[in-house]
Amino acid sequence: MTDPNTLSPLDLDTPDKTFLDANELVINMGPQHPATHGVLRVILRLDGEKVLGLECVIGYLHRGVEKIAENRTYTMFNPYVDRMDYVAAVSNGLGYCEAVEKLLNVEAPPRAQYIRVILTELNRMASHQLWLGTHALDIGAITPLFYTFRDREEILKIFEKYCGARLTTHAFRIGGLQYEAYEGFEKDVKNFVSFVKPKIDEYEELLTTNRIWLERTKGVGVISGKDAIALGVTGPVLRASGVKWDIRKALPYANYKNFDFEIPTGANGDTYDRYIVRMVEMRQSLRIIAQAVEGIPEGPIMAKVPKVMKPPVGEIYHSIEAPKGELGYFIVSDGSTQPYRIRVRPPSFVNLQALDVMCRGQLVADVIAVIGTLDIVLGEVDR
Amino acid sequence: MHDLILYIQSYLDSDRTPGAAGNIFWATVYILLVFVGLSVAVICMNWLERKILAHMQVRLGPMRVGPHGLLQPIADAIKLLLKEDIIPAEADAVVFWVAPFIVVLAAFTVFVVVPFGRTHAITDMNIGILFMLGVSSLSVLGIVTAGWASNSHYPLMGALRSSAQMVSYEVAMGLAVVSAIMMSSMNVEGTGTLSMIGIVEAQKAQGEWFIFKFFPLGIIAFGVFAIAMVAETNRAPFDLPEAESELTAGFHTEYSGFRWSLFFLAEYSAMIAVSSIAVTLWLGGWLRPFPNALTGDIWELVFSLFPGITFLFLAGMCFYSTARMPKHPLFKIQTMGLGGFGAALAVIGLILFLPPVRVRVVDIYWFSAKVAGFMYLYIWYRGTFPRYRFDQLMKVGWKVLLPTGLALLILTALVGMRTELWADIQETLHL
Repeated sequence: MTDPNTLSPLDLDTPDKTFLDANELVINMGPQHPATHGVLRVILRLDGEKVLGLECVIGYLHRGVEKIAENRTYTMFNPYVDRMDYVAAVSNGLGYCEAVEKLLNVEAPPRAQYIRVILTELNRMASHQLWLGTHALDIGAITPLFYTFRDREEILKIFEKYCGARLTTHAFRIGGLQYEAYEGFEKDVKNFVSFVKPKIDEYEELLTTNRIWLERTKGVGVISGKDAIALGVTGPVLRASGVKWDIRKALPYANYKNFDFEIPTGANGDTYDRYIVRMVEMRQSLRIIAQAVEGIPEGPIMAKVPKVMKPPVGEIYHSIEAPKGELGYFIVSDGSTQPYRIRVRPPSFVNLQALDVMCRGQLVADVIAVIGTLDIVLGEVDR
Repeated sequence: MHDLILYIQSYLDSDRTPGAAGNIFWATVYILLVFVGLSVAVICMNWLERKILAHMQVRLGPMRVGPHGLLQPIADAIKLLLKEDIIPAEADAVVFWVAPFIVVLAAFTVFVVVPFGRTHAITDMNIGILFMLGVSSLSVLGIVTAGWASNSHYPLMGALRSSAQMVSYEVAMGLAVVSAIMMSSMNVEGTGTLSMIGIVEAQKAQGEWFIFKFFPLGIIAFGVFAIAMVAETNRAPFDLPEAESELTAGFHTEYSGFRWSLFFLAEYSAMIAVSSIAVTLWLGGWLRPFPNALTGDIWELVFSLFPGITFLFLAGMCFYSTARMPKHPLFKIQTMGLGGFGAALAVIGLILFLPPVRVRVVDIYWFSAKVAGFMYLYIWYRGTFPRYRFDQLMKVGWKVLLPTGLALLILTALVGMRTELWADIQETLHL
């Protein structure tokens, strides 16, 4: 394992001798590559198939979301956050809404909180399912992709019924919810929970004890808990390294403290542990959903929020546990209708830092496995 | 006219392959038949793989071009032929041009000795199996040159992976083959053979497919071969040379259109070729199931009805699907097409029931059915397994399959010699 503190920067300036005379090969993986999950460009320095070092080049999907925020009112900016991590749009929205609510010093009513938790956890399921499918596809197992997409469809149907959108949902509003849960929402969610439980077993059947899967993931992309903390890695990647850090438990937000669930951790910090952690997380999400849907209280869904939002001068940092890790919003208010500055702490961007540490000394095929296991979304990395 | 019929008859009743009999006319006809048959088989395989894989993955697969996508492979072939043939500016044009032909040649030449039936082979060489292994391993040359000539990083890595993989798995494959050849020498008259036809005849004479011979040695040898042959043809889970998620498309990244389709053709015919080796060596080639247990004219008759029954079954499936087609006017042509396809299959099936056809086709049928089983396995693997990493692949080849193959060789030899060995021991000890 490489120590991130002694990691020498990658020397890419050495002339690439006419490519077969050199022992070392510098190749470009991406931005157009089937396994870089979007437009990530990785410059790999190889000795044969062994990775000597790599450098990530990002920014191909940069849209200046943070800058856009400075020219939008708080309400108008809300849909933009959905476009960052577009496979977990609901979580993005939750983080932003809660941050602004904190700034405004309002709290969403209980009924809204419950529905928020249900939708967010459903979104976590969807995000993990998409991760599982693509991760397995990268490692060469093509079938899980179709299974997970088939089941993810059910979640998207619930989203569609709830707010009309499947992917970039814009499900929440500052202060609560715009839409009341549709008729049959609870029944749909309950059906989904009982529908998807055996399906998770099905995915595990294909992979968990598969010899080739074990060989491809065990001991691959190892990162110790200490290094992970040093690099700021969060989410399932950190938990797989044995650090029990989940913001839902550590700094409870929404009403997660009302629910009973466990935080899975791994021991070795390798790709297999990260796989197991996420699989357990899916089941835990189902547990939370099942509890929440039983206990949705009656009442209003929107708190008293002024039509024109002018938060008091000040700054706020609020973070939530998005499917990929800690998603934080740092908002500076100058007392006007528009934020003075918004800074997003995206989990994918920070986790991507660990790629170099995890890949050095491994093989090219492992780079693919590690990119998959980090579960990055380039929309969030580049913003 | 009468002479011609007599001539054809003389061949049909011959007990030797046209090549072995020195009959150049029939040999040419056979070459054409094998070539066309193989191309059709590859087309069918293309459709079947997409359909079977799709159904394993809870989707439908091709449904638009023709009823149930039956014309999809043809549409693909036309598309590939019409596409621009790109040769990268930095590529070594001549080598780039030649490489796919080497692969295709190697894949097709193998079929010279494949015995589809007792007399249904282009020729019967006394070194048949050696010829087959030798020629099929030539395809690695084409792959390496393709990767090299592309003058690009990903193809080069694909080519290197491929050559290392094919060379190392050939060793294990060879050892498994040798053990089967040794089994063939345990005939009553005690002579072994390298001829493909001879090996099947030996299984017939010994009344046992070699997969069951010296249990469990035969089945282990078969297993070693079955693993090695998947690696040899670069198919999942050993498809590293063309690992899509790592090397985009491996050695044929820079190829397009017709030249790419040649690689495709070669890959599938190589799959059929190695499956034919496995069928010939271990699964009794063209022999029907239970040739030793279910004997007698009745059973011969029953088993010779199978080809016709299979085609009638396929026709039945077509008719069933025809009945289930949407009753919308837009589907009229599709419904008629599927019905017509079913009718054609049914006619073929009925023809296959005619006694003179039946007895001559049954060998080919059993051979193809066994090969088809292997093809299904190939698709099944692809739907189930993740991909091995390069070092793990080498580990499996050198540390697992090679020692197994060597041990197998020695054990087969010992078990085969046991009677003579026992006699020798008795003699030495003066028992």
